[in-house]
Amino acid sequence: MNSALWTHLVKDLRIEWRSKDAINSMLFFALLVVVLFSMSFDPQGAFSRTIAGGVLCVATMFASVSALNQAWAREIRHQVLDAQRMAPTSGSQLFLAKVLANFIFVTIVQIALAPVFLVFYNLRIEGQAWQLALVLPLGTWALVANGTFFAALAIRSRNRELLLPLILFPIFLPALLAMVIATTSILTGDSDPGLWIKLLTGYDIIFTTVSLLLFDVVFHAE
Amino acid sequence: MKKTALALFPAITIALMVWGYYQAIYVAPEEQTMHEAQRIFYYHVPSAMVAFLFFAVSLCGSIGFLTWRRSRPDWAQASDAWALAGAEVGVVFCTVVLITGPLWGRRAWGIWWTWDARLTTTLVLWLIYVSYLLLRRFAAGPQMQTLAAVLGIFGALDVPIVYMSNRWWRTQHPAPVFGGGPDSGIKDPAMLEAFGWNVLAWLCWGLLILFIRYYVERKHQLYAAQEAEEALTRA
Repeated sequence: MNSALWTHLVKDLRIEWRSKDAINSMLFFALLVVVLFSMSFDPQGAFSRTIAGGVLCVATMFASVSALNQAWAREIRHQVLDAQRMAPTSGSQLFLAKVLANFIFVTIVQIALAPVFLVFYNLRIEGQAWQLALVLPLGTWALVANGTFFAALAIRSRNRELLLPLILFPIFLPALLAMVIATTSILTGDSDPGLWIKLLTGYDIIFTTVSLLLFDVVFHAE
Repeated sequence: MKKTALALFPAITIALMVWGYYQAIYVAPEEQTMHEAQRIFYYHVPSAMVAFLFFAVSLCGSIGFLTWRRSRPDWAQASDAWALAGAEVGVVFCTVVLITGPLWGRRAWGIWWTWDARLTTTLVLWLIYVSYLLLRRFAAGPQMQTLAAVLGIFGALDVPIVYMSNRWWRTQHPAPVFGGGPDSGIKDPAMLEAFGWNVLAWLCWGLLILFIRYYVERKHQLYAAQEAEEALTRA
């Protein structure tokens, strides 16, 4: 295991373990979105199965934006970010550590949210449930990898909290579409999500590679 | 010589636009199934072509800026101006496409909008470049150019993925006019001629605006650099 990456990852996990800021706020926010959607659409029976996948993905997406903003905002205090820019390690390790940490947080939120979801939407998984264990991590990775990258990009601007969703959501759209369709097809069991899982994998590979390549440019932009 | 060309190009462009309008509205024959509504095609398709071309200009500008930002600051600044001009004028043409499309769709399909591959891709493209312009507005200072260039590359990278994902999702838009199989292409030579004139006219018009926008941005960069230098000498 790479030592710089490991150090960054352990530091982020330890901060979260002590404060639990990100997970608590994400969990509550996602819960609110789920409740709001159930109240506005009154999902019942087959209809609830068709919209549940979309609601889960959108809830995750909105919730993670709050955590992603915090991920870099924390580093600005006491000029930690400047110190990290001067450190003799490549920025991509810092980036990867942040992505991994946020991936773990969002995954925890999804796991905690799943039972609430099944109860509120009266869900019964008609398709192959194990495929969810493939679709959700792939979609979450797409969201978190891009989100961490764009949060680092937005941190240099004014209105940074506002800017992140504005630049992240348009780029994330194809991954969201794939994630929603795959989740829905697993929940309803109507069609095979294989194609969408492939699309998500391709999206993850392309954007993670480009993010790793371009992160130093953004990180050292002056 | 340069001055004559500068004066002549707008004049030629306006003449072409008038000629293109005449060709599209009066000369081109009426289409059999869609009748007069089909004539919007002479504006819709050229605008889409110009929009996509200018987004490509913007991508090239972004790549150029990142390539030269350390070695050749002058070229980098020019590239950045191209990136901004391409994105801004591209968004305007893309807006025209998004407005004329539903106008035609209402007549031909009976609906304003459908989430089909080409429509959704164009909409997402529009969203991406609007977010690019927002980033340029929100971020300040020289780092803004770097950040914008990175976002420009990300946005362009997203386009083929958006297109493929929507094609798998659903498609309703008529097959591409060129290169869309044996049945595609414009059969009537009079229609093709009118279409060609309009592509040329709208391309010239777009280029004119693009050059003006580029020129304004270069002036803007020049004044910003001068101000920075004056502030330094005063201090």
